[in-house]
Parts: sequence; C-alpha cells; structure tokens
Amino acid sequence: MIQDKSIGRRIFHAANYTILILTSLLCILPFINLLAVSFSSSAAVSAGNVAFWPVDFTTKAYEFALTGGKFFTALWISVQRVVLGTLINLILIVLTAYPLSKSNLKVTGRNVYMAFFIITILFNGGLIPTYLVVVKTGLIDSIWSLILPGALPVFSMIILMNFIRGLPEEIEESAIIDGAGPFQILTRILLPLLKPALATVGLFSIVGHWNSWFDGIIYMNNPVNYPLQSYLQTLLQSFEQIMLKSGTDYTQLLSMMNARTGRAAQMFLGAIPILLVYPFLQKYFTKGLVLGSVKG
Amino acid sequence: MLKKLKQQSPYHLMLLPSIILVFIFSYIPFYGLVIAFQKYNPGLGFNSPWVGWDNFEHVFNQPNFVRTIWNTLYMSAFKIIGGIVVPVVFALLLNEVARSAIKRTFQTLVYIPNFLSWVIMAGILLDILSSDGIVNSFLKLFGIGSIPFLGSPSIFPWTMIVSDIWKGFGFGTVVYLAALTSIDPGLYEAAVIDGAKRWKQTLYITLPLLMPTIVLMSVLSLGTVLNAGFDQIFNLYSPVVYQTGDIIDTYVYRLGIQQAQYSISAAVGLFKSIISCILVGVSYILAYKVANYKIF
Repeated sequence: MIQDKSIGRRIFHAANYTILILTSLLCILPFINLLAVSFSSSAAVSAGNVAFWPVDFTTKAYEFALTGGKFFTALWISVQRVVLGTLINLILIVLTAYPLSKSNLKVTGRNVYMAFFIITILFNGGLIPTYLVVVKTGLIDSIWSLILPGALPVFSMIILMNFIRGLPEEIEESAIIDGAGPFQILTRILLPLLKPALATVGLFSIVGHWNSWFDGIIYMNNPVNYPLQSYLQTLLQSFEQIMLKSGTDYTQLLSMMNARTGRAAQMFLGAIPILLVYPFLQKYFTKGLVLGSVKG
Repeated sequence: MLKKLKQQSPYHLMLLPSIILVFIFSYIPFYGLVIAFQKYNPGLGFNSPWVGWDNFEHVFNQPNFVRTIWNTLYMSAFKIIGGIVVPVVFALLLNEVARSAIKRTFQTLVYIPNFLSWVIMAGILLDILSSDGIVNSFLKLFGIGSIPFLGSPSIFPWTMIVSDIWKGFGFGTVVYLAALTSIDPGLYEAAVIDGAKRWKQTLYITLPLLMPTIVLMSVLSLGTVLNAGFDQIFNLYSPVVYQTGDIIDTYVYRLGIQQAQYSISAAVGLFKSIISCILVGVSYILAYKVANYKIF
C-alpha cells in the first residue's frame, strides 16, 4: 500500500494504536488480575491491594485446591469425558459424513437421513423432555450421560461431509476398481486424507466437552461425579459452604486463605488446558469457518 | 432393487449407530413434549392425564413469565447489535496496522476469552466486579463510588450485554479481518489515484465490500434471539436481579429442575422451541438469499 506520512495520518496511527492496546488490555488484564489474586495472601486480597502482581506471594490457595481431592476427582472425570467423548464424536462423525456425502442415487434414502439429522438442529425437545429421557435410560450419575446425548455433533458432521465432497472423485473410483468396499475405502483411503478436517472438528469436540458444565449439574445427582467445569460452577455460588463441609483437616490452610484466592486458583487451573491448546484452536477454528461453508 | 440395496448396505450400516443415538436422545424428547399438554406425574410418565392448553394458559398469566420474554428480547437485541458493531470497528482499526506480526498479536489477545467457558468467565467477573474487586478499586481512584454491577436490577442487564460482547468480539474480529484481507488492494490504489482520502476509501470501498459478511453474521444471529445467553446469566444472576435479569431459559430451569414443575416448564420450552425454529429457518433462508451462504 502507498505510504502516507502526513501529520494527520500520524495522529490517526497514534490514536489507533492507543485504542487497540487499551481494548486488548481489557481482554487480558482480568486474567492477570485473577492470577495475581490466586498467588496473594487473603489479607492483601481482602484489603483490595492486589492488582496485577501478587502481594505477599503464597501458593497456599493452590495447595488447598490440590490437596482437597475434589479438584483432582473432577479433573479426572473431565479428562475421561474429553477423551471418550471426542473419540465417540469423531467415530460417529466419520461414519455418518461418508455415506451422506454420496448422492441420493448412490445411497438410497440419503436425503431422508440428512433431513433426519438436520431437524435436530432446527428443533429440540427442550430441557425437561431430554432430561426425562436421560433419567429413563438409566444414565443418571454415569459419565455416559455427558457423552451419549450429544454423541453426533451435527454441525461438525456437515463440515466433514462438505470436506469429503471437495475431494477428487477419482481417488474413490480407482479404489472401487481395485475391488475395495465402502468400509475399506473409508478406513484405508479417506481417513488419511481427512486428517486436517478431523483436526478441526476434533478440536471443536475437545473444547465443547471440556467447557460443558450444565449437563454435569443436571445429570449427576451426586456432586462426586461432577466434571471439572460443573465442580467449578458450584464454587461460584457456595464456596464458603464447600469449605466448611470438607472437614477440619484444612483449618490451618483455611485461616491463611479466603474464598476469593481459592476460587481464583481453581478458576485459573480450569483455564490452563484451554490456554495450552489455544495456538491450535486459533488456527483450526478459523479454518473450520471456511470448511463449513459451501459458497455457491 | 434388492441387489442394489445389498450393494449399498455398508453405507446404511455406517449410519446406524448415529441414527439410533439421535433417535433416542433427540427424537424421543420430541414425543416427551406431550407432557406440555398433560399434568405430568412421574409415576405415570408420558401417560399422565391430559389437560389441553391449561399449562400454557397458566404460564402466560404469570407476570413473571411475560417479564422474562421482555428481558430476553431486550438483552438479546443489544448483544446482537454490539456483537456486530464492536468487531467490525475493531477489525477496521486493526486492518490499518501495517505490520502483520503486530496485527496477529492483537488478534490473538482478543480471541482468548472466546474459548473459555462461562463458568470460568463468571468466576473472573464475580471477582473483578465485586465491591472490593479491581474495577471498583479503579473507579475509586476517580472518586466514583462502588457500583453494584451484578447486584442492581437497573445495571445488571448492561453488565450482561457488555461482558457478552467482551467475551465474544474476538471471534467476530477474526471473521471480519479475514473478509478484509480478501479485498483487492488494486481498488485502494485506484482510489488513491482518483484522490480519495483514507476516510472516503473506508466509506466507499471497505464497508461496501464488508457488507455481505456483516449481513451474513447478522442474519445468522437472528436464530439466537430467544437464547440471550443462559450460561452467562445463570452463573451471574441472583434473586435480587430476577426482575430485569431473568430470561426464558433460566425461568425454564428454575421451574423444571428446581421446582419439578415438569409440565409447565415443558410448555415454556415448547413455546420457545417453536419460535426459535421459525427464526433459525428464516435466518438460513435469508443467509442463502441475501449472502449466498448455504448452510446445508
């Protein structure tokens, strides 16, 4: 672009950078404040002395969070949920997207199947009827209640279906001539080609499963079965009550921390996995936008 | 015919697991909606006595319910408008930055909140917006007294609107920036030769070329008008702000899960689902007609 060094242009750039920096700070400073609070003494936090740097540095809040046991139990359930849930999501996405990528002529009833799946994004039975079905299937208090109701993410399936349709047809045709059946074509030939698209929808699933909290709260009667985000949700409302219930072993720790530092520590720990995969997320989420649409 | 079906059977087999799961967890709840017209009794299940439209009549006569519709529409409208204006402006400003490394850094920073769950964001907001939190401490420097961001019925909706835009605008920025980079630089060069200043270039080249993306994003958000952000409001509201902060989804939750009034809750859910379904359908048709964006 043509360089423009007039005074007006310079003033604009100065103002522009100021706005951009301030807005970005608004997005990032709350996290830094949270981190500073989690590493500060409760006295300093209560006095309102903590801004963006820990005051009276201490790791007591983390020690409390990690020795309580509840945090690790919930973390373990979340890890299981993410691994199992994403795996099942991906298997079903591939198995569904491949036949649906064919025309109605090649797979009789393809359009009916497609409508069957699309109706579920347009309309849903709502909270209560779905809850009653989960109760009836006996999945309450089991990790499967968090995985099976959303086992096929329809949007991700459509993304993959469009991706398969974008592949050159010759690849499949030559495999058919060599005598390969649909299952062989899918596992041996298509799967390796689908990797970039699977990375995208896989990340959607990972983030979705990791961040879900509401299903944990309604489908788990016993809070021991809560995944991490549901457990963190209970901290929002009743941090003090939970601390009182967790026994007297921590009385010493309790005196050195307050609700805010402990909550900040656990919230930060809950955000870490997302921050770790963030570079991939940024890359693939934008890609997913492009993959998902058929312009035409 | 039979031979053809046999040949195709692997494809149908692939679809089977998804069809079974979607049928159980998405289609049986449709049938479960009959309880909206019944007086649900857990012992009788879906065979409870029929009461016709009584549940709907009952709920529409509740002043609380009418209030939640208004709250939902009010907050949704401002969230949608702000969720379009803020990222468009931010993307335009960011587009003026010449160096791509700096551009990417800003983009990375503002995109982070988008991937964290509302549980964690609520944990952060509850902390920074509390009476001794960092926001009120900062305001005190300017002699402004403590503002009850989450505790005052008149301020609460605006806290929701602003924090929702804050969490989500990074995503919009990425989308609009992608659209901006695809604009042909030759157009700007031609404009400079014609003597058009920066402001005129933005007005007559950038904005018109950005319009299809803006229209598409607005149209797609139409389908979410009745949502208004359950995850956010559920984690941040309290009985003090029900008057202005209670939305349809939180109302359904309290009625159904907490008070076990399954039938009335299902009736409200059905009412919402039908209107949402129409809105989503209309938005998809508009997206296709206006922005030529095909979702299926």
